[in-house]
Amino acid sequence: MTARRRSIAAVLVSAVLLGGAGGYGIVAWAASQERRTGASTVQAVSTDIVATGDRIVFRNTASGDGYGLVASVPLADPAGERSVTTVACDRVYATTAAQMCLHIDRGIVTTFAATLRGADAAELRSWPLPGIPSRTRISANSHLVAMTAFVTGESYGTVAFSTQTTISTADGTDFGNLEDFALMVDGDRITAADRNIWGVTFASDDSTFYATAASAGRTWLVQGDLAARTLTAIRESAECPSLSPDGRHVAYKKVVAGTQPPIWSIAVLDLGTGVETLLPAPGNVDDQVEWLDDSTLLYGLARTDVVGDSDVWSISIDGVSEPRLFIPHAWSPSVVRT
Amino acid sequence: MSPGRPAATRVSSVVIALGIVSLVTDVSSESVSAILPLYITGVLGLSTVAYGFLDGIYQGVSAIVRIAGGWAADRGDQPKWIAFFGYGLSALARTGLLFATGFTSLVAVIAVDRLGKGVRTAPRDALITASSLPENLGRSFGVHRMLDTVGAAVGPLLAFAILFAIPDGYDTVFVVSLAFAIVGVFVLGLIVPNTRPSAALAAPGTSRASFRWAQLRDPRLRRLLLTAGLLGIVTIGDGFIYLVLQSRDAFAAAWFPLLYVGTNVAFLLLAIPLGRFADRFGRARVFVCGHLALLTAYVCAAVPVAGLPTTILCLIALGVFYASTDGILAALASQSTPEASRATAIASAQTVVAVTRLIASTGFGLLWFAVGRGNAMMIIAGALALLIPLAALVLRGAFARVQTT
Repeated sequence: MTARRRSIAAVLVSAVLLGGAGGYGIVAWAASQERRTGASTVQAVSTDIVATGDRIVFRNTASGDGYGLVASVPLADPAGERSVTTVACDRVYATTAAQMCLHIDRGIVTTFAATLRGADAAELRSWPLPGIPSRTRISANSHLVAMTAFVTGESYGTVAFSTQTTISTADGTDFGNLEDFALMVDGDRITAADRNIWGVTFASDDSTFYATAASAGRTWLVQGDLAARTLTAIRESAECPSLSPDGRHVAYKKVVAGTQPPIWSIAVLDLGTGVETLLPAPGNVDDQVEWLDDSTLLYGLARTDVVGDSDVWSISIDGVSEPRLFIPHAWSPSVVRT
Repeated sequence: MSPGRPAATRVSSVVIALGIVSLVTDVSSESVSAILPLYITGVLGLSTVAYGFLDGIYQGVSAIVRIAGGWAADRGDQPKWIAFFGYGLSALARTGLLFATGFTSLVAVIAVDRLGKGVRTAPRDALITASSLPENLGRSFGVHRMLDTVGAAVGPLLAFAILFAIPDGYDTVFVVSLAFAIVGVFVLGLIVPNTRPSAALAAPGTSRASFRWAQLRDPRLRRLLLTAGLLGIVTIGDGFIYLVLQSRDAFAAAWFPLLYVGTNVAFLLLAIPLGRFADRFGRARVFVCGHLALLTAYVCAAVPVAGLPTTILCLIALGVFYASTDGILAALASQSTPEASRATAIASAQTVVAVTRLIASTGFGLLWFAVGRGNAMMIIAGALALLIPLAALVLRGAFARVQTT
């Protein structure tokens, strides 16, 4: 082949390959348009009216119209018709007075942010996030908010993988990155470079909170003190804690098979007696659980058959009862009691 | 410029073809890299720990096979086909990505991709050297790195544009990435000539000068490797600088995921001018002085006055640093050995840099938490300020300036 023919061949091959990829993209785009604008697979009503009353607020993952939007169902009828708002969140948490939404702002330039809204759904403030949203919580009195994101924005740097967790007051006073708090394990301060903190849950005194701390492949349930800026380990091998409404129990996910990646199940710690109960929840639970009441948990479980879909399950903390499907096609539940 | 040597004013079409190969290959690899965190955590539902593990593979595998790739290219005197093998491996890995559904298969796919990248880099740089006149080597590498960086800047934007149009369109990103990877392999195979650096120099009828490890004992190469190592040990990952900026400046915080695009744009705009400047002013000088730009970036990140101007200055300084060191290092390495061992020499220099930078980043991570981010930045800046003159001393006189007149 002459040089000229080789060049022509290269151009033709390139055109065919890139044209083919473009064609694939167009077909995929058309299919996704149909999925998104198609009728929702669950009974749902779209609304601008702010939900009131005792309810479960969650992220709607039913394919079709309303996918990825914040929705709610009455606490008394979780399987009933869901009210779907116009707010898109990847992780959401709500109290009577506020709603925290962690969202991915897709575009040619994709960014990540957390937005706090008041009871009237009006935006109060917003924080940029360094990467993919992970966890968020609001204290019961709506004074404090916490947010965790993965630090993943810089795609080919040499920074080891990490999370960033910050706590702020609802009116904007920032307590900064929790990695800057003093982490104490068995009386020694841990200063290792690979410390990571994630998954905050608040107690009722506006200072105490619980979170996960990790270093050198170990994780701890830590009790945090906002005033003293300390984190004190109270138990090893516990992630994404959630404090019960009565403050007596902490539920968290616990590694039950140290594979790569590990498999987690749910455990509940009685803070008074120090007794840990492993719950019989099948499947790999990777969520920060929520308390439906003082003896029942809610958690999200990804569906293995459909990408991007999940269900919310409920389970008693007695250690014996099996989990029940609570809300299908839902993620990131929070219980709002007025 | 004497009228009898018009070629010195132009960059060889082979260099441009290799630049296009790198461009489409970078579009392919960076489009996937950019969305991989989203894909792993969002679609595969894997944990944070898993991603850290993958990232480690990304860093490690490439450095290990690099010297093997350089040696193979020198040994057989077939740099094109060794590079072709490397690009082919990465394209094969892209095909695997379409079928990888779990953690184990993803790990395997990424390892194969990085193997390909490690193998191809040094033979490709040896081809660039073999296709350029010695006096405009800096410019040739500048042109190549410019095209390469265009690909690295376009890739993530293309991937995010696809995900913007198709929210769960990861498979579309993988298909587009595969198409670009195969285009790169075809352009290399069809357009780039099979230059044989050693055979080309041998007189007709005699056997070609073959590769010998002894050729790597050239004192110039030893001094270059020492300099690259000295400076590499104080070169921390960009990610740390972005993290410091992010903690200080609201603009940097909001645009944190895209700060590297700013660095890339500065890099691609300056790659050719600084390459030409290096040809005239001396490549060793530009290589060492380029670290002054890195020092500027450190100082910008360390000073307590934070704001938009320091962020922008920092990104530009990082771009200047890459434009005056990345291609220039390859040019210097190929200048410091006979043709027969060029790819191995380039690979050695690049491996020294990769390994020392990895050590620097790990050490800096420890420093960061021991003394705080501002202090850590000041300490590393001080160390760099001390080592730049030392590096200049080591390299002084090693590389005589190539006369262009």
